[in-house]
Amino acid sequence: MTGYGDEEIQRLLKEVVPGVDHELRHDLWPGMLRRLNAPRTSVPWYDWALIGMLGCWLVVSPEGILHLLYHL
Amino acid sequence: MELLKRFQQGDVEAFETLFRQSQAEVYRWIVQIVRDPGVAEDLTIETFWRIHKARARFDTEASFGAWARRIARNLAIDHIRSRHREWERSQQRLSVEWPDSALRKETREKIERAFRQLPPKLQSAATLALVDERPYQEIADLLGAPVGVIRTRVFRAVRQLRKKLERMGVKP
Repeated sequence: MTGYGDEEIQRLLKEVVPGVDHELRHDLWPGMLRRLNAPRTSVPWYDWALIGMLGCWLVVSPEGILHLLYHL
Repeated sequence: MELLKRFQQGDVEAFETLFRQSQAEVYRWIVQIVRDPGVAEDLTIETFWRIHKARARFDTEASFGAWARRIARNLAIDHIRSRHREWERSQQRLSVEWPDSALRKETREKIERAFRQLPPKLQSAATLALVDERPYQEIADLLGAPVGVIRTRVFRAVRQLRKKLERMGVKP
């Protein structure tokens, strides 16, 4: 089989990779503002409590890690 | 400098001014890598969101543009890394966009598959060098790597692509 030359590879890439317009066509600030004003997602206090309890349990009985991994 | 200090202190108007000054440039950096205007718009907003979140750590003596470019570039490369699943969808779009293409659909799919399998950094370097035909220095600035590294990436991309196409039985 004849191998591909560099120019052939370039030609093929131009066929399959889409050309793109590099210019931004509209202002993105409204979208940015929505993002800034979106309510922050936060971890509820009971999730932190659970994580804390889990951490304490693993400190007190490190062998629990294996049980935890088994059940995950 | 005053503007950057105000931005660092959390002044939304200063942030808006910076955003409006830089949005087109940030978009341009990103769209050249991700090749999808919609995704590039989302990633531009994500870039500025991260800039806004990290504003307290920004050194006002440093270059805002270089900082923004680093964040934008990392997001764009990460996007390419995670895009593989979306590739199937783009297949359909491509076949609609180029009905007169000289390549048959099956061959085009193979070539695109081979291209998408390249590591993201090789993909972006090859796209900019071979499809957009950008000067190497410009690509190096955009991708944040020395010119020599970019040349190597393009060379490796072509070599890997050639091997993949030959394995797939796509003949010149």
